[in-house]
Amino acid sequence: MSPTEMLQVMDVPQKSKGKAPAGLKGDDLKKMFRAMFFTRLLDQRGMNLQRQGRIGFYVPSFGQEASQIGAGYAMQDQDILWPSYRVISIALLKNVDLKIIFNQAWGNKADICKGRQMPNHYAIPDIGWMSISSPIGTQISHAAGAARAAQIRGENRASWAWFGDGGTSSNDFHAGMNFAAVWKAPCIFMCENNHWAISVPQEMQSASSSFAAKAVAYGMPGIRVDGNDVLAVYEACKEARERAEGGGGPTLIETVTFRMGPHSSSDDPSKYQAQELYDSWQKKDPIDRFRLWLKGKRLWTQKWEDELKEELMAEIAAAVESAESTPMPDVETLFDDVYAEVPPMLQEQREALLDQIRRSGDIEDTGGAFPL
Amino acid sequence: MPQMTMLDALNDALHIAMEKDDDVVMLGEDIGKKGGVFGTTAGLHEKFGEMRVMDTPLSECGIIGTAVGMAIYGLRPVPEIQFQDFIFPGFDQIVSEMAKMRYRSGGHFTCPMVVRTPSGGGIRGGHYHSQSGEAYFAHTPGLRVVMPSTPREAKGLMLSAIFCDDPVIFLEPKALYRHGKEEVEEGFFTIDMDKARIAREGKDVTVVTWGAMTPICQDAATEVAEKGIDVEIVDMRSMLPWDAETVLDSVRKTGRCIAVQEAPRTCSFASEIAATVAEKAVDSLEAPVGRVSGFDTPFPYALEHVYKPDKKRVTNAIEYVASYE
Repeated sequence: MSPTEMLQVMDVPQKSKGKAPAGLKGDDLKKMFRAMFFTRLLDQRGMNLQRQGRIGFYVPSFGQEASQIGAGYAMQDQDILWPSYRVISIALLKNVDLKIIFNQAWGNKADICKGRQMPNHYAIPDIGWMSISSPIGTQISHAAGAARAAQIRGENRASWAWFGDGGTSSNDFHAGMNFAAVWKAPCIFMCENNHWAISVPQEMQSASSSFAAKAVAYGMPGIRVDGNDVLAVYEACKEARERAEGGGGPTLIETVTFRMGPHSSSDDPSKYQAQELYDSWQKKDPIDRFRLWLKGKRLWTQKWEDELKEELMAEIAAAVESAESTPMPDVETLFDDVYAEVPPMLQEQREALLDQIRRSGDIEDTGGAFPL
Repeated sequence: MPQMTMLDALNDALHIAMEKDDDVVMLGEDIGKKGGVFGTTAGLHEKFGEMRVMDTPLSECGIIGTAVGMAIYGLRPVPEIQFQDFIFPGFDQIVSEMAKMRYRSGGHFTCPMVVRTPSGGGIRGGHYHSQSGEAYFAHTPGLRVVMPSTPREAKGLMLSAIFCDDPVIFLEPKALYRHGKEEVEEGFFTIDMDKARIAREGKDVTVVTWGAMTPICQDAATEVAEKGIDVEIVDMRSMLPWDAETVLDSVRKTGRCIAVQEAPRTCSFASEIAATVAEKAVDSLEAPVGRVSGFDTPFPYALEHVYKPDKKRVTNAIEYVASYE
């Protein structure tokens, strides 16, 4: 297949044809649906919490659930994930404790990252989920380097770098793709082409015939896949994972999908996006498509989904309650983790701050709201 | 003990680190078969192979970015940036990623790595092979910024840096690479990056400096000694975190202080020294704190010798603060 053609497994929307990729049993398929459905519920709740002023910021993945879960299911447990800020679905697939997610959203005392970053910038070491940063694309060269490190150590661990169509314009996309290809490193570059980089459309991002086509010049396979077809994404990713393990080097996978929500809780797509474009993609909603497909295979019933929804909503509610009632980090933690040990100059700054608080009371929270 | 140049000492340190720990890897442009444009990595590729001593594509953001990934994975990468002047494409990786990884992940992920890079003038290389950018890095919490001043210092500090769990910008004063030899212990030893070094004891004026300016200050001190001015030289070793206590102790003793650097003046590390001395040792001061530095111009080609502080500028500044009443 050329990198401008598009791989699909499930038939066009509103039908339920297409065979499940080899190795996927009924339970696997239901697990994939569960994670996609869970992500949608979590995102709706996250956006609502922000609208209610209870958390400061949220980034939803509406519309990209298949693009992510198809890949997540092809990962192996020992693999390393270099996420963008829009792939929380994979953490749900990996059964991460929801408290980790909501404690981070509040930046509270129980946050495993100690309230150091704004919402959605998770680091989840237990599932090989690396720390997220906001500058676009920086994780792409980290993934290439970690893949090289796995080669050096002789370990079977693939690195999965996540970024969007906008991310392909970054310096680190070029560097990471180039280094990984030269090294034949076990790295899978997941470009979620969701058509938007905040308000800049994909056609203004690149004049390339496709994003997958960019792989050709680096000397690696570039696969373009229907990103709303979870089975097609899985198939492409599984093949890329096998290639990585077999010493065949990196792969670039472009999942053609659509950001069905705003860039973040602070964005309003109605200012730059035609309603018709949204409507055309809503008809291809990846969850609706997969539900219909599963129903055709007798793997989905309304009752199952209703029960699932009840269970997941309860889980979300419990984690929200717990996070919201947990206090903020202690002031003195401000100075931890800058270095392996707190150096004298920071000890001195810490003591001066604590002394001021002792003398003139707590420091007022002057707030501020994130505008982007 | 063997006599070594700073290049010999750095090369020896890299060999020892790679022998000691398989997780130590090197990457950069021309560091493999060629052994680096200055020869700092000579013999490493031959001895440790291309998996551990990697010639890379020509991309500084790629060199540092992939090294960050290796460090998070668990290796101890030592990337080389051929000249400090070329580091800026990798600046985002240094400032946004390498420096912040420990903090932003709540201590779960770290970057134990050393970015080695030749810094400063001395080779008639114009502003793209000569700048002193330590202040850029010293303004970034999470980094360690180290610059040695002698061969022995270079070896001990490099071994400390490689086996330290924090990310280090290791600025190699290229003017001192072949400046002279010094006795250097064989085998593994470290020098504490957190402690400044008293490079010369004295009682009249404190001269705070680092890197390639250290021998110039020593020459100046020898000259003014003949005029009865007894100079104490503090060689900082590290500019972040930095050892204010050693500087302040010296100034409390001498009452007079200048900071000497090759870098431009405004917002420089010398400015930080001056501010801290003014803030914390004002009662001991008998003269204004002086700064001897490069000018606030780009580093020039033809007039390099005019731009860089030399012995004369340093002696003038010492004499000024020593005689200030």
